[in-house]
Amino acid sequence: MVAAGKAHDLAVARADARRAPAGETASPLLDVRALSLAFNTMDGLIPVIRDVSFAVSAGERVGIVGESGCGKTVTGLSLLRLFSAQAARLSGEIRFEGRDLATLSARQMRDVRGRDIAMIFQEPMSALDPVFTVGDQISEAYRTHFPVSRKEGRERAIAALTEVGIPAPARRCDEYPHQLSGGMRQRVMIAMALICKPKLLIADEPTTALDVTVQSQIIDLLRTLSERTGTALLFITHDLGVVAEACTRMITMYAGEVVEDAPVDDVLMKPRHPYTSGLLRSLPSLSPRGSILPSIAGRVPSPNAMPAGCRFQPRCLHALDKCEAHQPMLELTPSHDARCCRAREISLPGAVN
Amino acid sequence: MAMSSEAAPQFAVGKSSPGPIMAVRNLRILFPTRDGSDTVKAVDGVDFDVTAGETFGIIGESGSGKTTLGRALVSLIAPTEGHILHNGVDPATLSRSQFRAHRRDYQIVFQDPNAALNPRMTILDSVTEPAEIMKDGNDESRRAAGIAALSRVGLPREFADRYPHQLSGGQKQRVNIARVLMLRPKVIVCDEVVAALDVSIRGDVLNLFADLQREFGLTYVFITHDISVVSHISDRIAVTYLGKLMELGSTEDVIERPLHPYTQALLSAEPIPLPSAMRTDRRIVLEGEIPSPVEPPSGCRFRTRCPAAQPRCADEMPTWRELKPGHWVACHFSTTDGPPPANANQQTHAVTGRIE
Repeated sequence: MVAAGKAHDLAVARADARRAPAGETASPLLDVRALSLAFNTMDGLIPVIRDVSFAVSAGERVGIVGESGCGKTVTGLSLLRLFSAQAARLSGEIRFEGRDLATLSARQMRDVRGRDIAMIFQEPMSALDPVFTVGDQISEAYRTHFPVSRKEGRERAIAALTEVGIPAPARRCDEYPHQLSGGMRQRVMIAMALICKPKLLIADEPTTALDVTVQSQIIDLLRTLSERTGTALLFITHDLGVVAEACTRMITMYAGEVVEDAPVDDVLMKPRHPYTSGLLRSLPSLSPRGSILPSIAGRVPSPNAMPAGCRFQPRCLHALDKCEAHQPMLELTPSHDARCCRAREISLPGAVN
Repeated sequence: MAMSSEAAPQFAVGKSSPGPIMAVRNLRILFPTRDGSDTVKAVDGVDFDVTAGETFGIIGESGSGKTTLGRALVSLIAPTEGHILHNGVDPATLSRSQFRAHRRDYQIVFQDPNAALNPRMTILDSVTEPAEIMKDGNDESRRAAGIAALSRVGLPREFADRYPHQLSGGQKQRVNIARVLMLRPKVIVCDEVVAALDVSIRGDVLNLFADLQREFGLTYVFITHDISVVSHISDRIAVTYLGKLMELGSTEDVIERPLHPYTQALLSAEPIPLPSAMRTDRRIVLEGEIPSPVEPPSGCRFRTRCPAAQPRCADEMPTWRELKPGHWVACHFSTTDGPPPANANQQTHAVTGRIE
């Protein structure tokens, strides 16, 4: 028992030593540079995300928003390299604490998953194994990375369940996923994801399958846990309300590209990309009751029929000839970037006005 | 009026000036559990009227019985007890052929636009099928009507010969709406019709519903879990919880001046896309989740999660009362000023909820 505890402490010490870079000069925790991913299909390579670059600082809470088919989930999965080399071709850099995850071996990558970066998914029932107790599954996540006894694994699982606000955790620990409600299952997923105290948690639509009252519990839980433990959060969602409540920064994705990146409060007040503005304006809660709702005409282009130049241009009310050219990301203010050549000339409606 | 004898006087819903197009009286719908030992109380004593031409919103969490209620409204599920009257007529009393002719007026659009379309039928065949079943016109006239209905919902002619997999979710939902329109119904029950759609096109579909209502004088029953959607389009809103109505009133009353603690908590849980400086910190965090409808709590259904629960709530079921004109509530302690204040010792989750 004592030996196991020592072994664990050693492992943690080693891991911490490995993590602490010599000169930690405000380099972000996660620095994604020009990340692209193409699916290997019978018809050849289909590019799904292109030139995605963004950074997440330690402890920061970042939301990625966009319609379905914009590449949000693929971006999340790519960060953990969850696509096999046969299925998809990845290029670009995923710098995490100075290391480029894109160049790690499969074995090294396994040490990162769950230990340094954890992920939770939309549908907790399909992410949990129905034939193991939740306690087994949570402690497995820990014991994969730290050599502790079963007994200690179980104790840590109970502590993790307590942490995420599950009542009677010692009893719940021995229950199977089907015995838990949807909200409880998502709490179990969070407990599992946070048990190794990762530096970054990727949450892919973690509240979409839940009722609003439960959704607000889970958002509060993720936010307070992130504030307390310093775990950074990458929150993938289509719900701008969730981002407004949970995150400090918002990244808008459209058709596989990042089109805007700004602090949440800034972008809600004054979006600089027409797509972000369109998403905000189409929310019913921001229009007077019974009025005609604004919408974005058309739909997200399919990956093998991307428009040249600005990908949003066919749906954009502000499109000009110059939008036919490739659009680089423009730095509008030190903290606000948008991929729109008209960003400086046009004034777009946000959540208020 | 064929009022049921078991409907207690306090359940009688008043104020129905032009006569309700749908009247729900003491409705109960129970399903046996899988092993047959118990029953799921999906809808457990519900009374309300739907007035012709209005949009009646039903809001609730999953497990509140709102989908069962919607299906019962169009006679897809038979009531276990109580009645649903369509313009004063109880469809359960009609003969088979009468019922067939009757039900064309009461139609439903389902949540999942993919599951509602047969993948082997062309869009036009799906759209004209109801008219074919009703023996409206001939092949040619139905084809023309089908294309007209598709164009009315904003789908050009070339969609007619496509198959569902060639359409997006929003387009498929438009097809489902066109199909229902073929029968020129009086009432359309819309069960989570925009839940599967992206926000960017959700507005378009909601606008379409509003246009069609103006054009055809439709009555809608709009079932959803999304408060922003229901409050945008409804004239009146009913709030359901565990098979019962908690509150019913005009949209403005229910959203701006809720009387029931559940409505208040539900409204405060909605994430609002406003900058932090403009957000009022009025989140009321409810403990736990909706209990099982097999063994609902005694007395008030909401008491196990209610921040203002008192001992009386466990013993006595609250009466369904009209606290303000047209504004109904099922809570012992609500006053015309609003819901009762939360108990002082009320524990909240991660954050401390503050009630205004």
